[in-house]
Amino acid sequence: MDLKIPDLCLVVLIGASGSGKSTFARKHFLPTQVLSSDYFRGLVSDDENDQSASAAAFDVLHYVAAKRLEAGKVTVIDATNVQAPDRAKLIEVAKKANVLPVAIVLDTPTDVCLKRNASRPDRDFGAHVVKRHRAALQRSLKFLGKEGFKRVHVLHSESDVDNSVIVYERLFNDLRHETGPFDVIGDVHGCRAELEELLVELGYTLVRDAEDRSVDAIPPDNRKAVFVGDLVDRGPDTPGVLRLVMGMVGNGHALSVRGNHEEKLVRALRGHKVTVRHGLEKSLEQLAHETPEFRRAAEKFCDGLVAHYVLDDGNLVVAHAGLPERYHGRASAKVRSFALYGDTTGETDEYGLPVRLPWANDYRGSAMVLYGHVLVPEAEWINNTMCLETGVVFGGKLTALRYPEKDLVSVKAHQTWYENEWPFPPPVAERAPDVLALTDVTGLRRIETSVMGAVTIRAEQSASALEVMSRFAIDPHDLLYLPPTMAPCATSPRDDVLEHPDQAFTEYAAAGVSQVICEEKHMGSRAVLLVRREGGAIYTRTGRTFFDGALGEELLDRVRDGAKPLFDELSTDWLLLDAELMPWNAKASGLIREQYAAVGAAAVGALPVAVSALETAAGRGVDVSELLARTSQRASNAEAYRKAYERYCWPTEGLDGVRIAPFQLLAAEGQTFHDRSHLWHLETLSKLAGPLFQQTRHLVVDTADPAAGVKWWEELTAEGGEGMVVKPLQNLTGRVQPGVKVRGREYLRIIYGPDYTEPQNLQRLRKRSLGRKRGLALREYALGIEALERAARGEPLWRVHECVFGVLALESEPVDPRL
Amino acid sequence: MTTTHQPATDLGHLLHKHPDRAQSFTTSSGVAHVFYPKATNEECTVALLLEVDPIALVRGPGSTLTQYVNDRPYAAGSLLTVALGSVFRTAMNGRSESYPELAQTPIPLVIRIPALPHKLAERLFTPLGWEVRINEHGDSRYGDVTLTGTVKLSDALKHLYVLLPVLDGGKHYWVAADEVDKLLKAGDGWLAAHPDKELITTRYLARKRPLVLSALERLAEVDEVEPEELDNALAEPKISLARQRKEAVIKALKEARAKRVLDLGCGGGALLRELITEPEFTEIHGVDVSAKALQEAARKLRLDRMPDRTRERITLRQSALTYADTELAGYDAAVLMEVVEHVDPSRLPALEHSVFAVARPATVLVTTPNVEYNALFETLPAGQMRHSDHRFEWTRAEFAQWAEGVASRRGYRVKYVGIGPEDAERGAPTQMAVFSLGDEN
Repeated sequence: MDLKIPDLCLVVLIGASGSGKSTFARKHFLPTQVLSSDYFRGLVSDDENDQSASAAAFDVLHYVAAKRLEAGKVTVIDATNVQAPDRAKLIEVAKKANVLPVAIVLDTPTDVCLKRNASRPDRDFGAHVVKRHRAALQRSLKFLGKEGFKRVHVLHSESDVDNSVIVYERLFNDLRHETGPFDVIGDVHGCRAELEELLVELGYTLVRDAEDRSVDAIPPDNRKAVFVGDLVDRGPDTPGVLRLVMGMVGNGHALSVRGNHEEKLVRALRGHKVTVRHGLEKSLEQLAHETPEFRRAAEKFCDGLVAHYVLDDGNLVVAHAGLPERYHGRASAKVRSFALYGDTTGETDEYGLPVRLPWANDYRGSAMVLYGHVLVPEAEWINNTMCLETGVVFGGKLTALRYPEKDLVSVKAHQTWYENEWPFPPPVAERAPDVLALTDVTGLRRIETSVMGAVTIRAEQSASALEVMSRFAIDPHDLLYLPPTMAPCATSPRDDVLEHPDQAFTEYAAAGVSQVICEEKHMGSRAVLLVRREGGAIYTRTGRTFFDGALGEELLDRVRDGAKPLFDELSTDWLLLDAELMPWNAKASGLIREQYAAVGAAAVGALPVAVSALETAAGRGVDVSELLARTSQRASNAEAYRKAYERYCWPTEGLDGVRIAPFQLLAAEGQTFHDRSHLWHLETLSKLAGPLFQQTRHLVVDTADPAAGVKWWEELTAEGGEGMVVKPLQNLTGRVQPGVKVRGREYLRIIYGPDYTEPQNLQRLRKRSLGRKRGLALREYALGIEALERAARGEPLWRVHECVFGVLALESEPVDPRL
Repeated sequence: MTTTHQPATDLGHLLHKHPDRAQSFTTSSGVAHVFYPKATNEECTVALLLEVDPIALVRGPGSTLTQYVNDRPYAAGSLLTVALGSVFRTAMNGRSESYPELAQTPIPLVIRIPALPHKLAERLFTPLGWEVRINEHGDSRYGDVTLTGTVKLSDALKHLYVLLPVLDGGKHYWVAADEVDKLLKAGDGWLAAHPDKELITTRYLARKRPLVLSALERLAEVDEVEPEELDNALAEPKISLARQRKEAVIKALKEARAKRVLDLGCGGGALLRELITEPEFTEIHGVDVSAKALQEAARKLRLDRMPDRTRERITLRQSALTYADTELAGYDAAVLMEVVEHVDPSRLPALEHSVFAVARPATVLVTTPNVEYNALFETLPAGQMRHSDHRFEWTRAEFAQWAEGVASRRGYRVKYVGIGPEDAERGAPTQMAVFSLGDEN
C-alpha cells in the first residue's frame, strides 16, 4: 500500500515494543533521517535500554529533530509513542518548525511483538510491558487526527508493513517547478476595469463571453499572472474580478494566493457570523445579483486558494501579507496566519488598523518576496521584497511587477471607489530603509563570491572588524567598497635589492598572462571616492573619512565637477573610483611626525656626532677603522632615508596641494568594470578634468620580453620613487594575483629602516613569507568585486555591507605589515 | 663624557677602560663600543657608542617592537642605559681600587647626548647640579643635550641610568617587579630628595601603578613620610564625577523600577560592578563594541570566581549600537553612560533605531558631557573636548534637541537631570536624559 506523506514532514512512528518500527524505518528512510529513542538513550547513558535515561534522551532527540526540521529535512521518530503526552511533544516540535506531523502506526498484533522481543536478549522485560503498550495504542488510534497529525496511516498486519511504500507528495504551496516568467499583480479589490486595463497593458488578450464579460485573459509569451490576493471587497465589481481571475486560474493562465478578504468572504458566504465592514458589504451586495451557481463557484474558488506560493525553484515567494524566510514552503496555522495578516502585534494604531511589525526590514532571504495587503504610496524594494498594494480602490493605482525582469507596470484608478477610513495616500512611514542587523556581520561567515566561490570569515575576524567599523567607518550607505590588500612580488635573489620587477614578470608569465600593465605607484594614501550627483564620500582603506566637514564637502564638490563627463558617458547617478590621494602627509601627518620624522631627526642628530668622535679617536691613533666605516655608512643611510620620506610630503593649505590620482573605475549604476582592460580604465579616468587630478604613468609590458619594464622601473625608482604595480592588462584574470607591487630600493628604507640595505640585514630580510599576504589579497579582491557587483545590481544594503565588512575583517588578520 | 679634572686621563682608571684602546662589549641591547676621542692630561673624553641590530629588534626573540622604522637604534633611552649599566657597572657603583678617593670626589664633567628626548631634561637634571644646554633637532622631540656640572662620576652615571629612560618615556623590555630594586639602587642618595621623584618613579616604571606605589612606599620609608602624601598625583578626588554619574544612573534605574538592565557601551565594566552589588537588578546585560573592553570587564568583575547565583545575573556580549541587535529586546531599561559622544553624528540615527526601536526598553538613560561646563575645568584648554575620541560635546540645548526628536519619533517621554556640581549659568558637568516609553504618568 502507498503511504502518502508530504515531502517535508515529521513522521512519528507509533507501535508497541517489538512491533517492527526500527526495521520499517531502516527500510524506508535514510539512517540519518531516523531518530531512535534507543540510540539517544545510549548517547546520554551508554545503555540503550536504561529507561531512567529516557527524559534526557528525549530532550536531546527533540532538540535534534527541531534542528533537522528547521533545516527542512524529513525526520522520522522511532519510539513507541503510544502515550498521547509523548506525541504531543513531537507535534509541538513539528509546529514550531512549521512542518506537518504525520503518524504511521504499526498496529502489529501482540503475539508477534512478544515473539520478536523474545528473540532479542536485551529486551528481557516482561510481556506486561508490550501488553500495556498495545492497550495504550488501541485507546489512541481514533484520536490521532484530533491530536494534530495531518495524515495517519495504520498498518494492521505484518503484510501491511511489508508491502507499504512511502510516496512523497508536494505541499500545496510548492510550485517550485513553475518557473514563469510571471506578472505579479497587487491587490485588485473589485476594480475590474482597472484590472482589465492592466492585463492589456501587460500584453494579455482578454476573452469575453456572450454577455461581453471577461472570463479569461491569455498571456503573451508563456507568461503567467500571479495575484497577491484581496481580489474582492470594496470595489465596484467583485464578481467581475472573480469571473475573470477564476477563468484565468482555471485555464492555467494565472495563479492566486489567498488574501484576508477572501478568507472573510468565504466565511460570510457560508453563513458564518462575521462583521460586515471594510468593503465586505459591497461584495455581498454585488454577489447577491449573481446566480447561486456563480456564488457557489466563487466560494469554492476563494476557499481553495492557498496562503502562499513558492515559485521558480524557490527564487520567488508570493504571499498576501509577505512572508519571512523561515516560513517559505512551510505549512502551519502560524505560517498561514502570517501570510494572510502579516506580523501583527495584536495592538491597533490610531486609525484602528492592526499594528504590523516591519518584517521586510529584517528580511535576509535569497528568494524575492512579493506581497500586498499593506497600503504603500509607491511600490519599492526593501531587502529583496516588494509590496504591490498601491491602493487602486482608494483612487491610487493597480501595480504589477514583471518577474524576473523587475519592471513595474501600473494603471491609475479610474476613480476613488471606496472612501478610506484613514489617510490616503498613506503618510510615508518613518522607515529606516536599510537597517543593518548585528547578525549580518558577526560570527563565522561564508560569503559567496562570483570570482572565487565562498570566502570564509572567522568569528574573531568579524569581532575585530566590528569595533573598527562601528567606531571609525563612515555610514555604510556610502561605504560600498573597501580596497583589497596587495602583495609585493616574490623576494628578489639579487644581493642589492629586496624587490625587483623580474619576479613580477616571471610570476605572470608562469600564470599564462602574456601582457601586463605597469602603473606608477603614487606615494600617497589609498582613497575610495563615492561620487553621487548629490552627496557621496571620500574614505580611506579602513573606511574612515579623509577630511571632516566643509573641507570634505569641498573636495567632493571638486571631484564631482571633474567627473561630470563620466556621469553622462555612463548614464549613471553615482560613480565609485579607486584612487591615491596625495600628498602622503595630507592624511598621515601624525604618523610621519611621530614615527618617520622622529627616526630621521634622531638618526641625523646622533650619527654625525658619532662619526666625528670616531674620526677624532682615529686621529690620535686609536684603531676604530671598522666601526668608523660602519658608522659613516649608517650616517649616509640615515640621510638617504630622510630624503626617501621627505619626497612624499609637501605643504598643503586647505585643499591646495591636494591631488588625486584615480586609477580604476570601480562601479556605477548597474555596472562594474573589473573585466575591462586597465588601459580602458586609465583612458576613461583621464577624462576627469581639473588640476586636482593627476594622471598615472604606465607602460604595457610583454611578459615574454620584459626588458622595457625593468628599465622603466629602474628609472622610476632611481630617484627614490615608490615603484610600480604590475597587473594583468586585461584586469580580472582567473585566480592570479590582481596586481603585485614592486617597490623601489630607496623607498623601502621607510618600510624596512634606514640600514636595511646593509648586506647582513638584506640577507635576513629576504626570508619573508608572502603566502598569507597573497592569500588575503585574493580573497579580499573577490569580496571587493562581489561588493561592487551587488551594489551595481542595487541589491539590499546588507548584502553589500556583508562583503565590505568581510574585507575589513580579513584585514584584521596578523600579517607582516611591511609586505 | 669629558672631564677637565687633572690629570684628565684618570677618567680611564675610574671607568676601568684604557684611553688608548677601543673596546667592544656585547650587551643584551647590542654591541657597546667604548673609545676615547681625546685623552690628554688637560682634557679627556670617553665615548660610548651602542650599535643596535635593527633587524633583531623586530625579529629577534623577545622583541617588543613591530617597526623597522624605529628611533631606538639612535635615541638615548633604555637600550643605551642597559649598555651603560653593563659596561660601566663598577664605576657606577662608585668603586675604584686604584683611585677610591677620586671616585668619591665631585669632578668637572661635560656630558653630551646627541639625540635625547629633551622635553623634561632641564627640569630633571637641574636639581641634580647640572647645567643643561639643548640644541633642538628641528620639529622633533629630540635634541642634542649637553650637561655640565661638578659631580661624582658614579652619581653622573646613575643620573643617566635613571633619567634617560625617564626622558624617553618608555622601555624596550617588559617592566617587572625587580625594576623597583634597580630604581632604588641607582637612585640611592639623590632620588628621594629630587623634587620630581613621583614623576621620575612613575615614568621609570613605565606607569605601572602597583610598582609605582611600591617604589614610593619604599622611598617614603627613606624619607619617613606617609606614602599617600607622595601619591597626590595618583589619588582621585573624593567624589569624582564618574562616581556621581554612576550614582545618578542607579538612582534613576531604581525610580523606574527596572529589574532587567542593559548597559550599552559598558567598556571596562565600571557601571556593571556597581549594578551587580544591587540585588534588585536581576538581569544585567553589558555590551560593548570592543572585545578587549569586555575581557577587561570580565576580569575586573572577577566573573570566573563569581558565585553561580550572581554569575547568572550578568551577561557580557559584543555588539554595536549602529547595528540592530534583537538580543537586546525585552529589557526594562538601557543605560548609555557617556556613549553617544563617541558615535559620529551621522551614525546617531542608526543608534537611535537600535536602542529605541529594536531594544525598546521602557526606560533609556543617556548621559553625556555638558559642553557649557567645560569652561569651568581649569586644566582643559578652551575649545578642547574632554576626551580625544569625543566626536562632539553638546550644550544642554543641543542635547535636548536630539532627545526631543528621538522621543517624538519613537513614542517616549523625556526629562533631564544634571549630574555633578551645578553652576548657575552653565549647568552641571554631565547631563542625563531619562526617556520613558508611553504616555502614562
